[in-house]
Amino acid sequence: MVINLRKLPDKKYIMPGNAACPGCPETMGLRYVKMALGDNVVLVIPAGCSSVIQGISPYSGINAPILNIVFAAAASAATGMKAAFEAMGKDDVHVVVWAGDGGTGDIGFQALSGAAERDEDIIYICVDNEAYMNTGIQRSSLTPYGAWTTTTWKGKKEHKKNIPMILISHGVKYVATASVGYPTDFIEKLQRASKIKGFRYIHLLAPCPVGWRFDPALTAKVAQLAVETGLFPLYEYINGEFKLSPIAKRYKDPSKRKPIIEYLKLQGRYRHLLDKPEEIKKIEEYIENTWKLIETLEESFAPGKDRGKKIFDAL
Amino acid sequence: MGKGPILQAPETFFIAPLSRPAPGSVGKTGSWRTSKPVVYEDKCTGCMLCWLYCPENTILKTSNGKVAIDYDYCKGCGVCAAVCPFEAIDMVSEV
Repeated sequence: MVINLRKLPDKKYIMPGNAACPGCPETMGLRYVKMALGDNVVLVIPAGCSSVIQGISPYSGINAPILNIVFAAAASAATGMKAAFEAMGKDDVHVVVWAGDGGTGDIGFQALSGAAERDEDIIYICVDNEAYMNTGIQRSSLTPYGAWTTTTWKGKKEHKKNIPMILISHGVKYVATASVGYPTDFIEKLQRASKIKGFRYIHLLAPCPVGWRFDPALTAKVAQLAVETGLFPLYEYINGEFKLSPIAKRYKDPSKRKPIIEYLKLQGRYRHLLDKPEEIKKIEEYIENTWKLIETLEESFAPGKDRGKKIFDAL
Repeated sequence: MGKGPILQAPETFFIAPLSRPAPGSVGKTGSWRTSKPVVYEDKCTGCMLCWLYCPENTILKTSNGKVAIDYDYCKGCGVCAAVCPFEAIDMVSEV
């Protein structure tokens, strides 16, 4: 499926003059969500940058009906909303949770895990900017190894929590990773997810110029580099079948990946790592382990063999 | 007692304060800008990559298939200039 950019709807899904910082990846991502799913979308937004982007009442910077809710209740609120829509006979409404990495991996995790276990008919998108950017760049469980934040000022000592893999273990219908650097890939994944009934999860990498300390013009470039260096592989898991996205397929070969230093040197949050080769080696090892895991998953959840389904049915 | 409906409709309703989508929810954000994007129409091929990547939705499609910029709200991040494959957008300093 190839997307024609001229045929995408030219509607103002993000209102100009909102409160987002210049070069914000979240407003980019929100536009793609509406481009892919159309007007029949209701957003559920827990606390985070997206609650601030809307601007000052009585105006809103996001052109969609929004329920702003507390951190720990995003997935449960979406569950209730979907049930209400079904009771009213409105089956074609997409209830989309648009949560940050803190609202997904830390504070909102029990609600997310519960909704995934009940296989609720919602789309959950995690906008992963790898720290609590809205409150002042504090570390979250999705901050990667070595990254500076205001609470890990010598670099984080732990690796990033792998939320998509946790969601795959829940046995949900659809799990995918995407990056704001590849909008057409993200739109395709959303369109594919919208046709599936059940719990759908998309992990969207969103490089934040303020928190990652880079020039706002490079938002798209940094998001692409994360994929090109192999640090953030793009894949899709549909109903027991695992496959790499077409863009990420070539980075399976380590020689085709760009050196990780290109990604690190663009960002001020990795500044203290640049003269420490042993720390960079740890990140390289992490990339290798990520791809080993992906190769294993590709083998055991190969498309067309129904092996993944059998594994979950046997459990 | 015993006459009339059990539940009566309240005389006044609480109306939740709803925000409606409108441009400029925090004012004219064009004033945040330190450098502005300028489109060179002769180099622009109308690939619409800048329109796709613009976080602010301030890139407008013109009738001749090219792009123009809404300077009232453009925050001047420079994403459009960075993603343009034909170098048709340049960032010009305004200060």
